[in-house]
Amino acid sequence: MLKQVLAGIGAGALLFGLTACGGGDDGDGGGGSDEGLVIGFAQVGAESAWRTANSASVQAAAEAAGHELKFVDAQQEQEKQISAVRDFITQQVDAIVLAPVVETGWTDVLQEAEDAGIPVILADRGVEAADEDLYVTRLGSDFAEEGRKAGAWAAETFADDADGTRILELQGTTGSAPANDRKAGFFEVLDAEGLDYEIVDSQSGNFTAEEGKAVMETFITTHTLDGIDLLYAHNDEMGLGAIQAIEEAGKVPGVDIQIIIVDGSKAGFQAGVDGKLNYIVECNPAFGDQLMDVVESVVNGDEVEKFTPVEEGAFDASQFEAELPNREF
Amino acid sequence: MTSASTPAKARGGANPYLKRLMWPLAVLVALIVVNIAVTGFDFIVPSVNDDRLGGAFVNILRRSAPLLLVSLGMTLVIATKGIDLSVGAVYAIGAAIACQMIIDAENQSAPGLIFAAVALALVVTGVIGAWNGTMVAYFGIQPIVATLILMIAGRGIAQLVTGGQIPKVQDSSPFTELGRGAILTVPVPIVIAALVLLLLALLTRRTALGMLLESVGGNPEASRLAGIRSKGITVLVYLVCGLCAGLAGLIGAANLGSADANNGGLWIELDAILAVVIGGTALLGGRFFLLGTTIGVVIIGTLEDTIINVGLSSQWQFTAKAIVVFVVALLQSPEFRAWILKPFKRKPETPAPAPAEEVLAK
Repeated sequence: MLKQVLAGIGAGALLFGLTACGGGDDGDGGGGSDEGLVIGFAQVGAESAWRTANSASVQAAAEAAGHELKFVDAQQEQEKQISAVRDFITQQVDAIVLAPVVETGWTDVLQEAEDAGIPVILADRGVEAADEDLYVTRLGSDFAEEGRKAGAWAAETFADDADGTRILELQGTTGSAPANDRKAGFFEVLDAEGLDYEIVDSQSGNFTAEEGKAVMETFITTHTLDGIDLLYAHNDEMGLGAIQAIEEAGKVPGVDIQIIIVDGSKAGFQAGVDGKLNYIVECNPAFGDQLMDVVESVVNGDEVEKFTPVEEGAFDASQFEAELPNREF
Repeated sequence: MTSASTPAKARGGANPYLKRLMWPLAVLVALIVVNIAVTGFDFIVPSVNDDRLGGAFVNILRRSAPLLLVSLGMTLVIATKGIDLSVGAVYAIGAAIACQMIIDAENQSAPGLIFAAVALALVVTGVIGAWNGTMVAYFGIQPIVATLILMIAGRGIAQLVTGGQIPKVQDSSPFTELGRGAILTVPVPIVIAALVLLLLALLTRRTALGMLLESVGGNPEASRLAGIRSKGITVLVYLVCGLCAGLAGLIGAANLGSADANNGGLWIELDAILAVVIGGTALLGGRFFLLGTTIGVVIIGTLEDTIINVGLSSQWQFTAKAIVVFVVALLQSPEFRAWILKPFKRKPETPAPAPAEEVLAK
């Protein structure tokens, strides 16, 4: 019995392999030389709605462009990503797209890809600077730019605030690149614009609604909301948690205190439409089409920049309602 | 163990028990004093807004309710010389099941639906707990291994339930009352946690169950030979732990109106173990202190607020926690106290209490 099952699984796997190869051949045969690339994509995992939307976007864009995408979900483990990249090298794909789980430990496998002559493109996250020569380009969000967009809106909105702008900040996970850069970019612009501001408090909410709400409750009991002008939350989960805390304290979010969030999920925009927050800076997971463009130019041997920022927008209250239906996560 | 502890109990009455609680309580009072010094008496005095008690300390208690539930279950498990690492994942599963079931329905406010969602979540988490207990008691798998499996796989199960998304329940659904509501102005999470504490305390202190638990933790084989059905008790204890974690997940999810399979109750198992240890229950099994665990939970909750109130940056969070736990652990060690007090020691006093303490520590 066991033997039969094993044989069945083996045969199934073989068959699956055959069809996969067959599909690849068809693509090459039918599409000419620069059409129908075979792209290996080693994704981080499916740890958040943002990530799920990101995977879906890349898969859809590859199909639309007529490329074959070999998609591997690494379940947030570097080991799995490394073996996925090795598989891609063995399969002689045209290009490898990697969204590295962590920044370090990539030298060997990236070197192997280079030796095999396969270009590597990083998506979303980066690797340590020492390995910079081993990939062609990185396509990802410019977190500092996101912070600057939030800062520009704040500087403009509170330019006439005579008694100084009092700010609460909910940071992302301590030490993470998005938290560091979103903070730095934000205050860089406030300083540059010469806004008279005071950081009343700034704590980590760890990018989760749970901690965002808990920290906001403590902010409220410690500082009260009287005289607080602005809450800057590094992502929308924390912002949405904070909005609940503000409501439960009997205040009106978006009116008694203005709120900026970064990310722009459906839930975030819905809160915006409900008037509970004032400004949304987008962190865009739907960069599939842009990624395909980059991959195509890399394979064609065009010169590309070392870093390609993802196209991202920012939305104020007048745009929330129109933008809500376009949200993909 | 049982024979050793009985005379100690008889001799000291409630005294050794209170002595156990003294040091954690002292640390908690110190933390509260620090907060009052920084933010004034508003910290401890409750205020009423929207017919619900508020104020910094009441908020701390309300937010600590899920951790308290998990920690109470953990205390019982640890009393049997076990450990349950899966509580964080079970928390996420309980939250995911209830929220997903509610958002799948057309009318999210139907009382029957809320009741069914809560019941289903509790049944599933109870079964998961019982499964953990069965693996430990009947298959002889070490508790840390048996529960590690679900600690790792459990969040995957929660993700399957939610389809990788974060289900958001409408704010109007009565389900959210479980986390945000109030009964006679007392926040519902506090009421639930207090009831569970009372129930477990009565069950373990007013019936023989507590003694049986301590006996199983002290020496399972001897307990079996003495006629205690230790396997059944072990399964029961893990089941209760799973239920507590599921209930904590429901409260957490109701508070936010959503269930995050990845982050809901993340690392709560470690905080729970910490609270149990701060409360004076030894990881070696045997004697356990539900009230001590409660104090441990409040210490952890207060500590997080203290860091913000004192104005320390986020980077300090873990370090400050470590320092406080360190202090509590040292204060609880009779050896450390003896060593510190040595220069001040008056001759007749110390030898007498020391042996009693040591018996307790084992």
